[in-house]
Amino acid sequence: MSASFERGVDAIRQAIDAPIASYFASCVHCGLCADACLFYTETGDPRYTPINKVEPMKRIWRQEFTLLGRITRLLGLVQPVTDEELAEWSRLTYDACSMCGRCSLVCPVGNDITYMIRKFREGLSLAGHAPPGVIDATRRTIELGSPMGVKLQTLMAQIKRQEAETGLEIPLDKVGADYLALLSSMEIVNYPEYLGALARVFHQAGVSWTLSTDAYEATNSGIQIGQSDLAAKVVQRIVDAAEKLGVKTVISPECGHAFMALRFEGPNLIGRRYKFDVVHILELLDQLRADGRIRFKGRDPRPLTYHDPCQIARRGGVIDPPRRLLGEIAENFQEMHETGKWNWCCGGGGGVSANDRAEELKLKSFKVKKRQLDELEVTTVVTSCANCRITFEEALEHYNMPVEVIGLAEMVADHLDAEEVNND
Amino acid sequence: MSDVEFLMWVRGPGLVMAFAIFVFGLILRLIEVYSLGHKPDLAPAREVTPGSPWRTMFTRSAPADGLLKKAPVLYIGGYIFHLGLFITFFLFIPHIEFLRNAIGIGWPGLPTPVVDFVAVITLLTLVLTLTVRIADPVKRFLSNADDYVGWTLTFLPVLTGWMAYHHFMLPYTWMLAIHIFTVMLLLIALPFGKLGHFFTLFISRWYNGNNFARKGVAS
Repeated sequence: MSASFERGVDAIRQAIDAPIASYFASCVHCGLCADACLFYTETGDPRYTPINKVEPMKRIWRQEFTLLGRITRLLGLVQPVTDEELAEWSRLTYDACSMCGRCSLVCPVGNDITYMIRKFREGLSLAGHAPPGVIDATRRTIELGSPMGVKLQTLMAQIKRQEAETGLEIPLDKVGADYLALLSSMEIVNYPEYLGALARVFHQAGVSWTLSTDAYEATNSGIQIGQSDLAAKVVQRIVDAAEKLGVKTVISPECGHAFMALRFEGPNLIGRRYKFDVVHILELLDQLRADGRIRFKGRDPRPLTYHDPCQIARRGGVIDPPRRLLGEIAENFQEMHETGKWNWCCGGGGGVSANDRAEELKLKSFKVKKRQLDELEVTTVVTSCANCRITFEEALEHYNMPVEVIGLAEMVADHLDAEEVNND
Repeated sequence: MSDVEFLMWVRGPGLVMAFAIFVFGLILRLIEVYSLGHKPDLAPAREVTPGSPWRTMFTRSAPADGLLKKAPVLYIGGYIFHLGLFITFFLFIPHIEFLRNAIGIGWPGLPTPVVDFVAVITLLTLVLTLTVRIADPVKRFLSNADDYVGWTLTFLPVLTGWMAYHHFMLPYTWMLAIHIFTVMLLLIALPFGKLGHFFTLFISRWYNGNNFARKGVAS
């Protein structure tokens, strides 16, 4: 029995709290969570039933946290969890779960399975069973500040390019700005137009904002791999930068897990409340719209739909703002059949897209999204998560679907009434 | 032991013992859950909808979006047999009389033929849910001894009660004693395995509803 295995099991023990005990005690093995999970519905493999993804954790709970379980264990009637089992479950818990939270919303006895998977990953990663791709992304986040290895120089080059394109200044390290904007690596590398969109929107709205050279990246691989100490480091970096600059609000980028990590897990990870607020960019855009600080001109005539990123909608509560924004700028907006808090995940969240060995499964699971899109016959998908966006683009390519994917912030910026500038 | 002696034991000391174990089990499970504690959430909640976790305790009984069609036996069968168990146990007049004698509290019951009919429906629905559990790949995969023992312990009191009422197979006294004995077994098992969901689901639904409500996805 290795030391890392012991550490892993110990982390699982530590993670078992009152909610998790009530969840395990309540499960009736009805299997309904399978119908809520794209990794099951698109493969038909019962092992991918969400509650099964935490089975070793359940056994540890039963054998060590219940009187009856302890007795049966003492009598040798049950087998303790082994390292081999944890290795086997790594495939189920990392490769076949994007932590989308749909099962948690469906479970009739109220089990928040996603919460348990997040905690179970803590043990799996300490036991050495996190997937290599996710380990590498986490290492790069800690060492270089970005899961994709994006360096400050790369960001600076993109800032220059976007400044040239928009003719607007992108403020850096501006002390006393109201807002600190964060980015995801994916945006810096693949979708730098997001940065230009921020510059254009904030220019019109007269928003005082800045980027920070100390903390520009919000993606939190620590959450995805399940290592709270590393996740806390990523959050602390942002908190330090925000408090140093004295901003009132930090803006989470178009990235689902970044928002979840910063808005809902962050204060718990660093053990204290922030001295600033956290908003998702869509919430801010919607607020600026409501306040009349941004005005629009023209509507996009293309038939389009909106994909709710799970961590922003179901796990983040940002459901109406994108619809209100699209209501202003899209002429032919259509909802998917199951949408908002009932959306289906793209399959790339929760570290799946960083996990090379899950590639095939991810593409297979995308079939649920493909069906949703086929029903609508739209030519454009709008979303607000760079990771969803790249997952869509790769899968649409794989399935040979002529659908374009765009970010909502960028679309908002493209529809600003250029003559209106708010200098308040 | 004669039939009368057995009956006197099960409906006297036997039932008292089973009830004591039942209460012990409930308290133990509550301690096992709540003693683990739960760290306070330091992230500010969104605009909280008051009472959301409490509402989730009940709203979770409603089918999730689009799932009623996918799992009709689970939902509709589930409603029928849970309601059937409630009616046969709490609204059968001899049961109410028994409880009135034991604890001094009574309430109106349903006509016996109605309860008889409900018992048959409950039994048939339980058989159907077991069939689905065995036939469905996901449910079969998830199922363990706890599921099958739990099903048996739920099925037997209804079956033996129905048989006793109809004087079926065994003489009434024996069947009644066996019926009460199966109730004893059910009471003893209730808090410990999956059957304990009858009360722990209110705890889990509360936590779940609270987690979602804090994030702005209230029930």
